[in-house]
Amino acid sequence: MPKPFTPKVMTANALLEGDVIYMTATGWTRHLEEAEVLTDEADADLRLIEAQSQPGSVVGAYLAEVTVQDGVPHPTHFREDFRATGPSNYHHGKQAAATEERF
Amino acid sequence: MYHYTEFDADFLAQRNAQFRAQVERRIDGSLTEDEFKPLRLMNGLYLQLHAYMLRVAIPYGTLNSRQMDQLAMIAEKWDKGYGHFTTRQNIQYNWPELRDVPDMLDALAEVNMHAIQTSGNTIRNVTADHFAGAAADEVADPRPVAELIRQWSTDHPEFQFLPRKFKVAVTGAAADRAVIKAHDIGLRIVERDGAIGYEVIVGGGLGRTPMIGKVLYDFVAEEDLLPTLEAIVSVYNLLGRRDNKYKARIKITVHENGIDDIRARVDERYALIRPQFTGVDQQMLARIKADFAAPEFKVGDEAPYRSAYQNDAMFRSWADTNLSAHRAPGYAIVSISLKAHGKTPGDASARQMRLMAALARRYGHDELRISHEQNVILPHVHKSDLPSVFSALRAEGLGTANIGLISDIIACPGMDYCALATARSIPIAQEIATRFDELKLEHDVGPLKIKISGCINACGHHHVGHIGILGLDRAGVENYQITLGGDGTEDAAIGTRAGPGFSADEIIPAVERLVLAYLDLRSEPAETFLQTYRRLGMAPFKAALYPDAETKDRADAA
Ligand code: HEM
Ligand code: SF4
Repeated sequence: MPKPFTPKVMTANALLEGDVIYMTATGWTRHLEEAEVLTDEADADLRLIEAQSQPGSVVGAYLAEVTVQDGVPHPTHFREDFRATGPSNYHHGKQAAATEERF
Repeated sequence: MYHYTEFDADFLAQRNAQFRAQVERRIDGSLTEDEFKPLRLMNGLYLQLHAYMLRVAIPYGTLNSRQMDQLAMIAEKWDKGYGHFTTRQNIQYNWPELRDVPDMLDALAEVNMHAIQTSGNTIRNVTADHFAGAAADEVADPRPVAELIRQWSTDHPEFQFLPRKFKVAVTGAAADRAVIKAHDIGLRIVERDGAIGYEVIVGGGLGRTPMIGKVLYDFVAEEDLLPTLEAIVSVYNLLGRRDNKYKARIKITVHENGIDDIRARVDERYALIRPQFTGVDQQMLARIKADFAAPEFKVGDEAPYRSAYQNDAMFRSWADTNLSAHRAPGYAIVSISLKAHGKTPGDASARQMRLMAALARRYGHDELRISHEQNVILPHVHKSDLPSVFSALRAEGLGTANIGLISDIIACPGMDYCALATARSIPIAQEIATRFDELKLEHDVGPLKIKISGCINACGHHHVGHIGILGLDRAGVENYQITLGGDGTEDAAIGTRAGPGFSADEIIPAVERLVLAYLDLRSEPAETFLQTYRRLGMAPFKAALYPDAETKDRADAA
């Protein structure tokens, strides 16, 4: 029997900056919490094709496993956790971007 | 210092212009990522976890102050104000943006630096003893021959698509500070009957299947070295396994065919190609050697040094750990620690790079080296200048007195940056250093090398750490495996796995138990961790690492 489909988000790196990005219903975001959660396998396949057809802005697209709490996706694996938050040794990447946006 | 020719400058200018056009074509969509990736890798540009990463070669770890200043400028202008020095005498920038990279490469070319062959299945940056040209125990400076090998291997048409990457390291001393036995080819300069020659070691390597290199020839005359290297790489190019990436390194070729078979093949190939080497390489080597002539060492009064040593405990502690014996009277080799407790091993800020450059200019005959242990060396400092150097270093957070001690940890970028990682390395290094600083045991423990890799590729040299730590992924959780007894010196040894791995929370206490056990077990304070391990073997250390194991075994048996 095929395994039941578990929730995923579409993720990749941005071509110009290399930043980790996630697909939303309308485009791309730098924030995992804003990503579109894909709960249907056929939708996920379509999203993957869509992402892969944007080679001018997106690199290395793949579907990443998430769990959903209160409608917000959370990474299930620590690798995706680090991709979503940035490196642990400096306030760089995602953390810095988050601070900048807040001010 | 090697003087680059107009030919070198033109070559870099052309390469950079070519890459600039490729980047433009990637950005405007005329190149796909599949087409672009091999092109960017040929120029040292990776795509990592959070950003691009540019890897710049520092051939045989040698820099002058102008080059170091330029590395600082690049870090500030196009990165986030710092760079990461690696075990392969490279500097990695972790945050460049794609469209800036051609400008970064041009800025590097201004000071004769580049990122060519820092990736791909080619002969990589040639590394050397970081005390080259300065060490008291040196037979000869390894850099001229390293430079010759660099020139021979750069863009060598036959060796651009080897079965796998290929690493060469050279040392000019009996004490191996270049880990030559863990390289595809390791060279040691030796003297026989007054003539200089090379001991040639092949088939060492870390990664998935760690191996210590074997002696292919115990003496190759200077004029025969390049044809010998050409023959070795050529045999590997034909024989090396292209069917399986994991068996492609020359260590596997040597292992599967046996060193005698390899030697026979190399001999055969050598006989064929030797006549092509008509001596031009020896003329080049002679010119290169002249470029590496030692600086004019000054004569000075050592009284300021002696007085600082007697009166300033901080200075004394630093001098005891961070200075090494120099060949010239009155001089010392200064190792600048990039391992301040709690900081990222190998990282230097732009300010710190500028300070090191300034110190090299003012007190160090304009020379700097990068060590495979991720530190920076001022190879020639007169003892009278050491107090000034030390106070300047301290002011920029570079005065940590810990070279060779437990907090002088090698750590690869791990999962904080690296796309191949299975766990983080940096926070583990930071926590170990911080913990032992709190315990104030570091100097009591003495020489102890901890090396950490975030995956089996072993960029952090964990196999040759006295204590090696390998980060793994166990069912979606970071897990750390300990190996003991590794050694990267002339007595090279691959460490032995101690047992099951530890979670991120358990690994620091485990290392602490290990080190406290050593303090109990050592026969005298002068017996190092490695010596104690070699004397007593794994058992007592295993008992310290897994204190509950025995009771658990008994419970299981009951
Ligand atoms: C972050 C980007 C990096 C990537 C993608 C990377 C990739 C790799 C890979 C794939 C291998 C295994 C090669 C093989 O066995 O065939 C390897 C080995 C190695 N890398 Fe890295 N590495 C990275 C960073 C570093 C850094 C930062 C250092 C130094 C701190 C380093 C030094 C080494 C060394 C010393 C080895 C072992 C050499 C051997 O197998 O003999 N690498 N690396
Ligand atoms: S050892 Fe693994 S995690 Fe560390 S830098 Fe090398 S490839 Fe990356």
